[in-house]
Amino acid sequence: MDDGALRVDGNALAGELSEVFSHEMTVARVACGGCGAVEQLGADHAYIQAPGMVLRCSHCDHVLLVITRTRDRLRLSLAGSKWIDL
Amino acid sequence: MARAAVRGRLSWTLGDVVELIDETPWVRTIALDVPEWAGHRAGQHVDVRLTAEDGYQAQRSYSIASAPEDDRLAITVEALPDGEVSSYLVGELRVGDKLELRGPIGGYFVWEADRTEPLLLVAGGSGMVPLMSMIRHRHAAGATVPAKLLFSSRAWEDVIYRDELERLASAGDGFAAIHTLTRMQPEGWTGYTRRVDAAMLSDVGWSASAMPASFVCGPTPFVEAVANALLLLGHAAPTIKTERFGPTGG
Amino acid sequence: MSGYVSRGFHGKREAERENARVPPGQYIVRDFPVLSAGPTPHTPTAEWTFAVVGGAPQPTTWTWEQFRALPSEEIRADIHCVTKWTKLDTNWQGVSVDTLLDGIDHDATHVLAFSDGDYTTNLPLEDVSDGKAWIAFNYDGEPLAPEHGGPARLLVPHLYFWKSAKWVRGLQLMDHDEAGFWESYGYHIYGDPWREQRYAGD
Repeated sequence: MDDGALRVDGNALAGELSEVFSHEMTVARVACGGCGAVEQLGADHAYIQAPGMVLRCSHCDHVLLVITRTRDRLRLSLAGSKWIDL
Repeated sequence: MARAAVRGRLSWTLGDVVELIDETPWVRTIALDVPEWAGHRAGQHVDVRLTAEDGYQAQRSYSIASAPEDDRLAITVEALPDGEVSSYLVGELRVGDKLELRGPIGGYFVWEADRTEPLLLVAGGSGMVPLMSMIRHRHAAGATVPAKLLFSSRAWEDVIYRDELERLASAGDGFAAIHTLTRMQPEGWTGYTRRVDAAMLSDVGWSASAMPASFVCGPTPFVEAVANALLLLGHAAPTIKTERFGPTGG
Repeated sequence: MSGYVSRGFHGKREAERENARVPPGQYIVRDFPVLSAGPTPHTPTAEWTFAVVGGAPQPTTWTWEQFRALPSEEIRADIHCVTKWTKLDTNWQGVSVDTLLDGIDHDATHVLAFSDGDYTTNLPLEDVSDGKAWIAFNYDGEPLAPEHGGPARLLVPHLYFWKSAKWVRGLQLMDHDEAGFWESYGYHIYGDPWREQRYAGD
């Protein structure tokens, strides 16, 4: 399998995020808590074949956002983002 | 169709399957009637959820193939070898069934016909689906902004929307479609036979100085190769929008 | 999660309720799904090291050559992913964690496994001792592929497979339990598939 083949665009998180945010999140600008780069969420790298969904900075791979669904709750961590601009 | 200014949170809704169109032996378009559908923008997708009687669920995202101007919502699905959802949608689903879906989703990979830059669309296989929504929207809106499609397929039989693309490319409104067939070509084929690369993009596409809006969609390795080639040709990163389908093409 | 029942949809699962080797809520797969929370690391074995940290005065480390010179064994195990797939009779070759911890002075109660790509997962020390865990470098007779965690991954088959950290580079000996990556995002701190401990609070 190709190295980056599991990587998709942040767009792939849009459905999950649409259940949390009323704003369209893929055009939200996210500042990376690792390297400081700012990108639209849709352009960052998403990994969705996992126990949860992970968004990583397209510049430095720092984890920006994690969504996990447990039995009846959704956990969202934005701890790796410095800020999100809507 | 009016575009809702404030969308609010999305929730799952049911659509009625009203028509099934076999594009190729492995690819089917599903046309749906979705009550209270608020409209969509070309390039967006929907999430589809299937539930078995014992509660088991599987969920996948599918790009919307129809234009915002169309009466019915259409998605196009490719049956993947081990795909439990795609094989159901392409093989089992019948007219009259209902399909649970959520959407429209995604504001990042969208194109509106009032944009003025030249348009470059690069598709790998079923990556053509959201780009077809853009092409249909361009035509329905009567836009004349120059648009070029570079479409990579395995063989002529695998080219989805083949006849419609030919019709639209002959409409004389500034849309051109160029195909590359990477595995098998029909007799007499004089077109491209290799994977999309920088040389092909340079021949077919717009120069970086034309500052086109570029949309690339398909399997992840395809998208990354094309996006990198466009960057090498001098296109600015913010003008290149990508939609990667992961390893299996959606 | 309720949903509209789709006529004629069954999913790809096999009859598994009668199978005593399949934990509750799991289904059997024949392929080996690849799941990842990030890009695949590609550490060349020439640069690879494994470390046990926090025990002896200095961290104890092995190069790839030193690691491969250690006694290893073949393991056949059923593996269970928290995303509900189970794969029976997987074949591995690896070095027992007992071998790596042998001779290291410590009073740890837990370990935190750490990997390339910043992944971590936590386990009680007794769950990686006494023949329950390995650092595996071969799968099905071949060197472990990068997408499955190669050059080496932790293998702890009696717990959900997120505990079998891919691309493992060491074990940190701990005197307390500390949540690793998925555990800190809501997954169960222990992860016993037979008690269906998928999420915190289960």
